[in-house]
Amino acid sequence: MNAILEVRGATRRFGGLTAVDSVSFDVPERGVTAVIGPNGAGKTTLFNLIAGSMPPSEGAILLSGNEVTTLPSEARAGLGLVRTFQLVKLFQELTALENVKVGFHLRTRGGLIAALLRPRWQRQSEREVEERAKALLELVGLSAIADSSASALPYGQQRLLEIARAMASGPRVLLLDEPAAGLNAEESERLARTVRRIAADGVAVLLIEHDMKLVMDIADEVVVLDYGRKIAQGTPDAVRRDPAVIAAYLG
Amino acid sequence: MAVRSGGIGGRAASIGVWVVSASIVGYAFIFGGYLSTIVAFALIYAIFVSGLNVFMGLTAQVSFGQSAFAAIGGYSSAVMTTTYGWAPLPAMLCGLVAALVAAFLIGFPTLRLKGHYLAMATLAIGLIVYEIAVEWESVTQGYMGISGIPPLGVGSLEATSDRQILLTLSALTVLVAFAMSRIRQSRLGRAFAAVAGSEEAASALGINVARYKLVSFLLAAGLASISGSLFVHVVGYVSPEVFGLHMVVLAFTMIYIGGLGTVAGPIIGALIVSLLPEMFRGLSESQDLAYGLTLIVILIYAPKGLVGLAKTFDTWRSQ
Repeated sequence: MNAILEVRGATRRFGGLTAVDSVSFDVPERGVTAVIGPNGAGKTTLFNLIAGSMPPSEGAILLSGNEVTTLPSEARAGLGLVRTFQLVKLFQELTALENVKVGFHLRTRGGLIAALLRPRWQRQSEREVEERAKALLELVGLSAIADSSASALPYGQQRLLEIARAMASGPRVLLLDEPAAGLNAEESERLARTVRRIAADGVAVLLIEHDMKLVMDIADEVVVLDYGRKIAQGTPDAVRRDPAVIAAYLG
Repeated sequence: MAVRSGGIGGRAASIGVWVVSASIVGYAFIFGGYLSTIVAFALIYAIFVSGLNVFMGLTAQVSFGQSAFAAIGGYSSAVMTTTYGWAPLPAMLCGLVAALVAAFLIGFPTLRLKGHYLAMATLAIGLIVYEIAVEWESVTQGYMGISGIPPLGVGSLEATSDRQILLTLSALTVLVAFAMSRIRQSRLGRAFAAVAGSEEAASALGINVARYKLVSFLLAAGLASISGSLFVHVVGYVSPEVFGLHMVVLAFTMIYIGGLGTVAGPIIGALIVSLLPEMFRGLSESQDLAYGLTLIVILIYAPKGLVGLAKTFDTWRSQ
């Protein structure tokens, strides 16, 4: 299968410390790819390089074969690479539904004139946004709280809402930064179901995760980092039996 | 569970605030006189503060320099009508264009600054424009100011009486409020809200943060310029003091008393803050004290402004 996202020798140094050391792997067009590793393995740094929050010291990031290494995150989002945050960053003053509606920014048009005059195409577009936003809330199981303020939601629901909001922008690759962190078992199971549905709809999912159980449940391909280097890659079963991985996690 | 606990929608809550605002304007319209002048100035402020509200309320940025754009509008109107004999409307448009150009030139570099730096930069803009108004005597006549500015009007239709002025300003204020409510519930308004909520999350969704800050700044500057023009046409006179730092302080008071980020907030805020000193006039020496105390009490019991208070009341009633 073709790779939609390619990480080529990505390296990031902070002073004398090499947090990510020439890591290369591909994310296929379909399915769930997971990056795992013990604390301090460089997962979050690698995520930031891919999402565009910081530039790599060396190496390249390619999206659909085009280099995006130095593009800011909003430009990457425009090309279909959309992220969520480890510490959920919702628009707290808005309702859940409004949060998802913001996500449609890239897929809609309209500035000041459209806002003031509200021509027919604009009203049509607003109706579509409303309907599709509701459908996304349905997808993550949050229809019941559409009109609640985002800040009033429990943490697990905020996570799911952030994923719905990211999905609204129509990503080809969805980047999830430790999506299971802080979730209880039930919430985690709901998250896993949601991610599987998103992947089944044809969106490539790349997730960085600490929770091994979640990764083994939903990932098709696993990349293992330790001390900034890639030490293994393969299916969950293959990775689980890999002596280098066992050593990194137990030793 | 059906209670709306937040969001940019929300409508019913502020009806009471609208009724109070309309009553104040209606009372001034019927009884006229001094009160009518106060309310007219309050409505001009309401337009200025509505603009500031786009930048501060919807987009959550800080500017201490909006008086600069009111000054550009006011002086353009004054100079174009008195020196060059233009009609008020084209003179206002000239001021609007000048203010937007100035806002673009200032906003483009400074809006990349964050927090205190942006606030400091905007404060400097206000002071610089004030100094220009004082020093550029050949055009602005310095501290002397410019008098004999014609009243608002189109062709032979002029707003000269208190009631005509009040009617014109009320219509404009309603128009601005209508525009604000449409902006809030649009793609543009959502982009502003996203920038206000989290710049990182906004750019992760493909929203160009710097661009929307600039658009928001331009909107605020445009409305400031229009309010500056309105002021000089209503008063017939302009001097640098009109657009001093006190204007910014007053506008901040109005926005917080009324309710930051709401449509009705700038209007009720402008009306209440303008009328309070008049209510306490009888107290002579202690009137400033009474004024200050009232503002503090409002902010303690209605930290989200009078519109916020109305919403709380609504929520409480519906439970």
